[in-house]
Amino acid sequence: MSASPVFSSAALGRPLIWPMRSSAALLARLDAMPKLAASIMRASRLDVRPAPEMVSSGIRELDALTGGLPRGCLTEICGSASSGRTSILLAALTHATQRGEVCALIDASDALDPTLAASAGIEMGRLLWVRCKKTVPSSRFPVLSSLAEHNFKNSNHMEPSSERRVWESQLEQVLKVTDLLLQSNGFGMIVLDLADIPVRSARRIPLASWFRFRRAIEHTPTVLLILEQQPIAGSCSSVLVKVTGQVVGKKHSAFSTQHSVNQLGHLELLDEFEITAELLRSRLDRKQPKSVVSFQSQAAWAS
Amino acid sequence: MFASLFIPDFPVEAIIRFEPELRGRPVAVLAGRPPLEKVLALNEKARQMGVEVGATKSQLEAWEDLVLRARSELQEASAHAALLDCAQSFSPEVEDTASGTVLLNLAGLEPLFGPLSKIARELARRASRMELEANVAVAANPDAALLAAHGFPGVTLISEGREAERLGDLPVDVLLESFSSDADESARWLEMFDRWGIRNLRALMALPEIPVGERLGQQGIRLRKLARGATSRSLRLFESAPVFQEDIELEYPIVLLEPLAFLLNRMLEQVCARLAARALAAQELRLRLELVEKSEDCDPQQTSNFTRTLRLPVPMLDAKVFLKLLQLDLQSHPPGAPILKIHLAAEPARPRSTQSGLFLPVFPEPEKLELTLARIAGIVGDGRVGAAELLDTHREGAFQMQPFAPTQLETKKSSRKKNPMSVQEDESTTRAEESAQEKAQEKMSAVIALRLFRPPLRAVVNVREGKPVRLKCLHHKDIAGEIVWTAGPWRSSGDWSEQEGWSREEWDIAVPVENEVILYRLVEDKLSRNWWLEGTYD
Repeated sequence: MSASPVFSSAALGRPLIWPMRSSAALLARLDAMPKLAASIMRASRLDVRPAPEMVSSGIRELDALTGGLPRGCLTEICGSASSGRTSILLAALTHATQRGEVCALIDASDALDPTLAASAGIEMGRLLWVRCKKTVPSSRFPVLSSLAEHNFKNSNHMEPSSERRVWESQLEQVLKVTDLLLQSNGFGMIVLDLADIPVRSARRIPLASWFRFRRAIEHTPTVLLILEQQPIAGSCSSVLVKVTGQVVGKKHSAFSTQHSVNQLGHLELLDEFEITAELLRSRLDRKQPKSVVSFQSQAAWAS
Repeated sequence: MFASLFIPDFPVEAIIRFEPELRGRPVAVLAGRPPLEKVLALNEKARQMGVEVGATKSQLEAWEDLVLRARSELQEASAHAALLDCAQSFSPEVEDTASGTVLLNLAGLEPLFGPLSKIARELARRASRMELEANVAVAANPDAALLAAHGFPGVTLISEGREAERLGDLPVDVLLESFSSDADESARWLEMFDRWGIRNLRALMALPEIPVGERLGQQGIRLRKLARGATSRSLRLFESAPVFQEDIELEYPIVLLEPLAFLLNRMLEQVCARLAARALAAQELRLRLELVEKSEDCDPQQTSNFTRTLRLPVPMLDAKVFLKLLQLDLQSHPPGAPILKIHLAAEPARPRSTQSGLFLPVFPEPEKLELTLARIAGIVGDGRVGAAELLDTHREGAFQMQPFAPTQLETKKSSRKKNPMSVQEDESTTRAEESAQEKAQEKMSAVIALRLFRPPLRAVVNVREGKPVRLKCLHHKDIAGEIVWTAGPWRSSGDWSEQEGWSREEWDIAVPVENEVILYRLVEDKLSRNWWLEGTYD
């Protein structure tokens, strides 16, 4: 008669081999020995994945919400424009680079302002900035009017289909670069900034890519952070946070009744910008004290 | 004791060094202006076939299997430099005797490398690793070692006092070949010794000294003394150059990157072997390609130079990594013309010594990181990957990309271990660290970020009472609407004395879109009176 392992006993330190009988007979026999039954763990539960190490996101309230950013896992931060996604990104990179870790930012739309990043406290020497290229010519300075006019004529006017092609080419670069960085190891945090990529284009990223990324960072100390407009990684992400932003005390409904432009002090407009973060999903075995937190951001020069 | 390294048929060996597949075949090296080339050197296989030095190219047509190569002085110089490196990896006292011949002083090396026989074998083995088949001889004086290396193949060890006995069997032409630079004079001496019936050195050293002096003069006495291995002199020390260079002259120009990579691989392996022999690593690689210049008169002699320099973030010594880096660089910057000569130089540096710690954050391997960065640059383009460095100017968004070379964080604990500090000082340092950590915890807050549009978006703005009230972005229809809040303006200008002067007014504005509000940075260029959307606050 063939024998197959049905249970393993951690207490005994060796697998228990039971002859193949009906499951009812086995269970009945185990019930007769409660001490032994308690010490036996089901084989299906043996390979318990250890809880990932959590690192601070650089924002106390967000840490309270999610427990931090898990190493070796994907974390998604989604939200619309002016919702505070990039503020979280800067805080996370600041904290990671100040810990002495080497970080990488894959900037799909080349949107990072290095001046602001440096004033936020990011150690720029530890941040690898990959600026995905557009297929259109670009100029940074509007004051160079003639050149800017030329660029404007050439780059700003794009048909929707050609614009989509540009985004897709940038997404392709993001995926290739991410693969290379994940293979090279040694990065404390890798950030995919897809915040400006339209949802329609971002959803074209095959799910297999996210599975590949998840598999590549498993058992590594790398935090893979993704900024996006809407969730795109599906079940591959361990933590999914949605952020929304508003100016404190000035609800949006107040705007529609106003006909004249409100002249505000700069501090009122930017320093009282409140970010609300909602934990949509967490695959980590951790009791969440609350699912929504709010915190205020401030201008870099004000801090 | 002294050792001599001698490479027989040196012009042939210099060619074979970069074409090892020729080692088992008969090879002859030709020199002279076409079509009057003559055989300058040949290897043992060619000699066995009956080929002789001085034969013309037309005479060589009789041997079908014979491989003919033009003499390459560049490759000879590289091979000789490699031989010197090989000798210098053992002793600092090295003499650059002649092309393909070096002498080194072995005094004091026995405690380091073992007995003399082992040193001699190791010298031959290291030369062989540099693709050079050298004769090695060890003797009590430099000239005896030189003569033995010329006369005996492989490794020879002559103990002190037995020079005359060992050298006596050598033919006289070996002596003349070793110590006479003038071929005509050598031929004259050889003819005379032949007439006298002197065939080997034992016969020469048997001649009495005074009659030899009377008949042959000082030179005769010197040759007799050399034959006995009884001379004594000190070495003329050689000072090494600070650059390790390898050169290849090609028979035919190459146009594809694949054969170029094949040759580069051999050159890099040689450079790395030479660097490793001197316990050094490469800090910079300079590749210079001599290209066939495209000209209307089709003159094949016209060449142009194509140079690429790879500055490495840390000293490295891995030929495979160097090859991949050069390949990636050449793929993005192709030479654009057929290649005639390849010059590869490595700037040496002390190898990197790192001690990784258990509690240090993870850090990418420099060699792997450099390859990854080169590959990423191939995807996103040059200058689009690296670390941003801010420029010392008030111009908005002025920065430049620098090569990414992060440095590992130094642990305070390790430095503390080195210093024998008191326990009290340790406690105060720990308290200071704790307070710094507490401050960092307090600072944990978000900073509002600006996402830039590159290039900025052209906007049409309605202004009322000096303030923007309505915004429309011409080619992004989704960015348009009434401006509900504004903050500003912030004026700035600069570089007014330069051609690229700038003057601008910044506004922070809020524009409602559906149920949300988006914060933008709006800029008016005061020189052109144009409005631009520079980015969104996020």
